[in-house]
Amino acid sequence: MSELKFLTANLHEPLLHEIETYERLGGYKAARKALIEMAPEEVLEELEASGLRGRGGAGFSMGKKAGFIPKGSMDKYLCCNADESEPGTFKDRLLMQRNPHLLIEGCIIGSLAAGANKAFIFIRGEYETQAKILDAAVVEAYDKGYLGAGIFGSDFDLELVVHRGQGAYICGEESALLDALEGKRGNPRLKPPFPANQGLYQGPTLINNVETLCNAPAIIEKGADWFSAMGEGKSTGTKVVSVSGNVQRPGNYEIELGVTVREIVEGLAGGPPEGRTVKCFFPGGSSAPVLTADALDLPYTFEAMAEAGSMLGSGAIIVVDDSQPLVPLALRLAEFYRHESCGKCVPCREGTNWTVKMLERIDDGEATPMDLHIMSEVQANIIGNCLCVLGDSMAMPIGSMIKHFREEFETHIDEARAHRNGGVAVGEHDAGELAAATAAGPQ
Amino acid sequence: MSRRDPRKVPLGWDEAVDLERDPAVVPDPADVDVPPALRTSIDAAMQRYPDSRSATLPALAAAQEVHGWCSPEAIHQVAAVMQVTPAYLSSVATFYDMLRTEPIGDPFGEAAGSAGCARPTYVYVCTSVACHLRAAKDVYDAITEEARDQGLEGVDLREFECLGACDMAPMASVDGRYVGPLTTDDARELVTAIKERREVLPGRGLADPGYRLPWAEERPV
Repeated sequence: MSELKFLTANLHEPLLHEIETYERLGGYKAARKALIEMAPEEVLEELEASGLRGRGGAGFSMGKKAGFIPKGSMDKYLCCNADESEPGTFKDRLLMQRNPHLLIEGCIIGSLAAGANKAFIFIRGEYETQAKILDAAVVEAYDKGYLGAGIFGSDFDLELVVHRGQGAYICGEESALLDALEGKRGNPRLKPPFPANQGLYQGPTLINNVETLCNAPAIIEKGADWFSAMGEGKSTGTKVVSVSGNVQRPGNYEIELGVTVREIVEGLAGGPPEGRTVKCFFPGGSSAPVLTADALDLPYTFEAMAEAGSMLGSGAIIVVDDSQPLVPLALRLAEFYRHESCGKCVPCREGTNWTVKMLERIDDGEATPMDLHIMSEVQANIIGNCLCVLGDSMAMPIGSMIKHFREEFETHIDEARAHRNGGVAVGEHDAGELAAATAAGPQ
Repeated sequence: MSRRDPRKVPLGWDEAVDLERDPAVVPDPADVDVPPALRTSIDAAMQRYPDSRSATLPALAAAQEVHGWCSPEAIHQVAAVMQVTPAYLSSVATFYDMLRTEPIGDPFGEAAGSAGCARPTYVYVCTSVACHLRAAKDVYDAITEEARDQGLEGVDLREFECLGACDMAPMASVDGRYVGPLTTDDARELVTAIKERREVLPGRGLADPGYRLPWAEERPV
């Protein structure tokens, strides 16, 4: 099993972040072609025909999304979502650090398709190194006349600004990103209106993930047919997959969509450490419901992951091996969402907080089996009841953990209680089992 | 049995509201002294956007660089240049993790939080989901213990949510420089280097020349 590379093909070039190297390797050809040889409608058609789907999490067709932008002369905007904060995801970091001009070229093509003359790259504040690299690349592009007025001698103008966030996961949600970019607290907006109609400064706005935009130059240069020949079904092209957690070789791997999860996790990333097996994995970042080891042979596509009850999401696979107790993992996951909830909607703000409290009770031996029942109910009451999906992003994985590993949760409740009560038998466990649990101590 | 420190009550939450006081208004630029470099940097940020309010985040970050945190004075200066109310800026500053709304003094000493110092180094140790699976909490605990032992002062040391570097887990960001993978054995050198104002763990930073993950042969990261 090998990787299929075009997004990451040139990353071994040490000076790829400089415009000379990037151009020597064929960079900015696609943007030139799009601006000089093609009409904006043709660019849009090509992107749609390629079947390219958003790489940030939702998996929506990029061409369709760009097509929603109304025509006519008004201030329109392109926002590149580089707020990569989903636990387990680090593909955009790699692309921006090593190949910033690819993203700039993607922004030019995306802006042309949307008819936007002002583009922003919203990069998370923690990516200081990558922001500096992007800043330098933008200056180079302006100096060469690839940004600014009349790009490549065409009549298309584009201003590009790199905007740094200041640390908030929620700003990766597209309407919260717009508020943050307008200088406000990053609270998601009520939809509709969708950003395509009323986004940044109330103007039509196209918002795309870094990796999505990075795919655009190759599609324009080599054609939609070339792109859609890769992949499987409606999951066309390649995907940079971030593999992390309990594997021997965590890292970014670019694969053709449709290879099996096993090939990625065991083939490329080396599988769990010696003597360990896969207990479960998050197939698309920490917001994706966990799948168990029997899902390893599914093809890694948007459809197959959705059918299995999860999602491909941002393409980040977090592997959990059989040495990991689930309650502390669920607790850490819930703490993340509690911390990052913006607090605007009650089900999310309260639901994340109470889930953390109930998991703490379980871990501290203060819980009864009823807590597990209530916790499942809380998750069900969060889903679909908020302005954005942050709450759902906790409810779905926690719900899936309880579903797949209910017994482990129940055992954890009993053992932690027994430990707390100094070895006094609780529930229906036999004495030997309890003594062993007590000796092992709490997790 | 409780493993967590009780949540700290944010500054100002237990203070009574002074109803006699007039609400803070947009400051008169003539009344406020703003360091010239800060003013230039905020002005430049305001020029970059169609709506100057978009400069709020860069402006607050620039003020934090000068003052060490988003102090009332820092917020007042930004408000004077941007011509917005201090309350608006406070509402924004309290939302974002990287904007400090409390001073960083000596985090372990008697005078914790009293004075604050300009430009504190920050150390964010990621303990989020993927790092959690690789025992990041132990690394964080080792670093805090070492910081306490060595009396490290003026450092914004905290656990942080996912920093987007799960390939080098467990990892930390020292003033934006990502270092990893870390073990508990690295804690001493990390703290000592920060204390002596040296580069932390040379060669093990993500952007260091030739950096490779230990298990990678040719793989760039």
